[in-house]
Amino acid sequence: MQPITRIRSTTVVLPTRDIDTDQIIPARFLTATSREGFGVQLFHDLRFNKDGSPNPGFALNQPAAAGCAVLVAGNNFGCGSSREHAIWALLDYGIRAVVSTEIADIFRNNGLKNGLISIVVDTQTHQWLLDNPGTEVEIDIARTTLRFAGDKTVAFQLDDFARYCLVGGIDQLGFLRQRMPDIENFEQNRSWTP
Amino acid sequence: MPSTLFEKVWHDHLVTPETPDTPAILYIDLHLIHEVTTPQAFALLREQQLPVRRPDLTLATMDHSTPTLPGASFKDVAIVGASAVKQISQMQKNCADFGIALLDHDSDDRGIVHVIGPELGATQPGKTIVCGDSHTSTHGAFGALAFGIGTTEVGHVLATQCLLQRQPKTLAVDISGRLGAGVSAKDLILAIIGQIGVNGGTRHVLEYRGAAIEAMGMDARMTVCNMSIEAGARAGMIAPDDTTVNYLAGRPQAPRGRDWDSAVTRWRRLVSDDGARFDAMVSVDVARLGPMVTFGTNPGMVIGINEAIPDSRGDPSFRKALDYMQLVPGKPLTDTEVDVVFVGSCTNSRLSDLQDAAAILKGRRVADGVTMLVVPGSQQIKEQAEAIGLDKIFRAAGAQWRESGCSMCIGMNGDTVPNGKLSVSTSNRNFEGRQGAGARTILASPITAAASAVSGRVADPRPFLREA
Ligand code: SF4
Repeated sequence: MQPITRIRSTTVVLPTRDIDTDQIIPARFLTATSREGFGVQLFHDLRFNKDGSPNPGFALNQPAAAGCAVLVAGNNFGCGSSREHAIWALLDYGIRAVVSTEIADIFRNNGLKNGLISIVVDTQTHQWLLDNPGTEVEIDIARTTLRFAGDKTVAFQLDDFARYCLVGGIDQLGFLRQRMPDIENFEQNRSWTP
Repeated sequence: MPSTLFEKVWHDHLVTPETPDTPAILYIDLHLIHEVTTPQAFALLREQQLPVRRPDLTLATMDHSTPTLPGASFKDVAIVGASAVKQISQMQKNCADFGIALLDHDSDDRGIVHVIGPELGATQPGKTIVCGDSHTSTHGAFGALAFGIGTTEVGHVLATQCLLQRQPKTLAVDISGRLGAGVSAKDLILAIIGQIGVNGGTRHVLEYRGAAIEAMGMDARMTVCNMSIEAGARAGMIAPDDTTVNYLAGRPQAPRGRDWDSAVTRWRRLVSDDGARFDAMVSVDVARLGPMVTFGTNPGMVIGINEAIPDSRGDPSFRKALDYMQLVPGKPLTDTEVDVVFVGSCTNSRLSDLQDAAAILKGRRVADGVTMLVVPGSQQIKEQAEAIGLDKIFRAAGAQWRESGCSMCIGMNGDTVPNGKLSVSTSNRNFEGRQGAGARTILASPITAAASAVSGRVADPRPFLREA
């Protein structure tokens, strides 16, 4: 994985709350067997009209949204499925961080394994970001801070190990495989076997 | 020190404990896999030339894109077509190449992954169980620690049989009172989600306990644990008891002989000790609970069958949900016309669920204009249902009786709710587009779903029980 230390971008705002994984990528697109190419189906049913034309009212279809790497979403983003397709779709489209007041556990965890950062902020910061789409923000992974509105900075929670992996470009499977002697030891010494 | 059920299972699986710098390494006893969330994980193993470390602890089946029409082959599957066929043949190839036994399309033991794990006796108290599927929480009904993971983690488990995990928090859900007639586990879990909210369980493992849980059979307990994820929880658990032990006795993958005796002794210790500390607690009284139905686009938007849909109070997301559902505040759902009724999914497709639905349909007809699908959770359940004549009851009522699979719960196999149509479904998610683009979903129990099929409108099932 490539190391990630800093994300600097304007924001795209999706104020709806409870955006679930089926909205991020509808289930009918899940039969693919690779990780690539899900970006075109990101938010498909919100982004496109029934005839397949882009819905001009949808945030991602605004000209200002082009190239935005930071998505500010309404309360409680990413609930629902454990499918990583939701993460791959966001990354494939170009989103690298999601900001909300609550982000679902599995979504957050899956994101970190792929280099997509979930940032939970207080309601005041959240409201400001919702009210100011297209604003420039800067995310500092090593310091776990989000800078917005020019010079305001808020800290966010990020698991130390996840941060270490992101900043160092560490592959978690490699980390686990280095612990193989411990795993074998556990298997041999447990009091019962599955 | 007194510990919770969760803590006992957690500590029993620590290869290395967590530190501030590193998560715990947690050993996994059972890895369930299906066709949708594994191809990219196997691709990674191929890239890195790694074997599957414990094929013997891996249980594989295909359920999501499986056709449910009798005699249909994967090639006939509409909508998802070619890519589904490719996904399925990829799964067959991956299992063959990596030495994993696959319960394939032609297996009598196949079915929805969360239905067959318990049915085969592979799901057992005290195990750690994972699957690239959020409804893995179902298996917690046996006192297992069971949770959904992403595809990257599926790769970790395939390669190492372990996961990197931070210890979640615990939330005790104390449920007092007994469920009344016509009120089921589904109504109970919908009420709990309505109470604590769709993120009320985030970062927590829930333990359900109390009189209402103790009185439940395993099917009902699985329904409750299944929907833990809809409250945002990491997992749901129920302490094993006689009901659990009796369910598992004699199952193909349950321990035998002396192993059985020692397993049961070990399982009996899997209860939260007196004085064990939970990070949070909630209590729910179900004595006066009635049938519950959802009216919005997440499972927390739920009301009693005779209650009025609440007002949006200016909340735009709430209004958007009602617009999508084409429903208005101030009225109950009971007048709403129904187009489709689906009885199935890993929430409610077990034998007792089908019996509940059949009890209503017996001697009655599905209303004109309503399409009703009954999809058993596994081929075994299908056989058991046919042995007691449930298929005949469904068919005589005008419902369709299908082969097992996820079917209309997620609409990946061609079984979808048509655009704009209203479905009363026993599945677990009423998200926009979940059952098909533009599908409007009302979640309910099997008995409420069956009563609605007969009425042609969303219906309270209790009057039907009195008539029967
Ligand atoms: S029945 Fe529905 S919720 Fe259950 S595993 Fe299948 S798609 Fe997922």
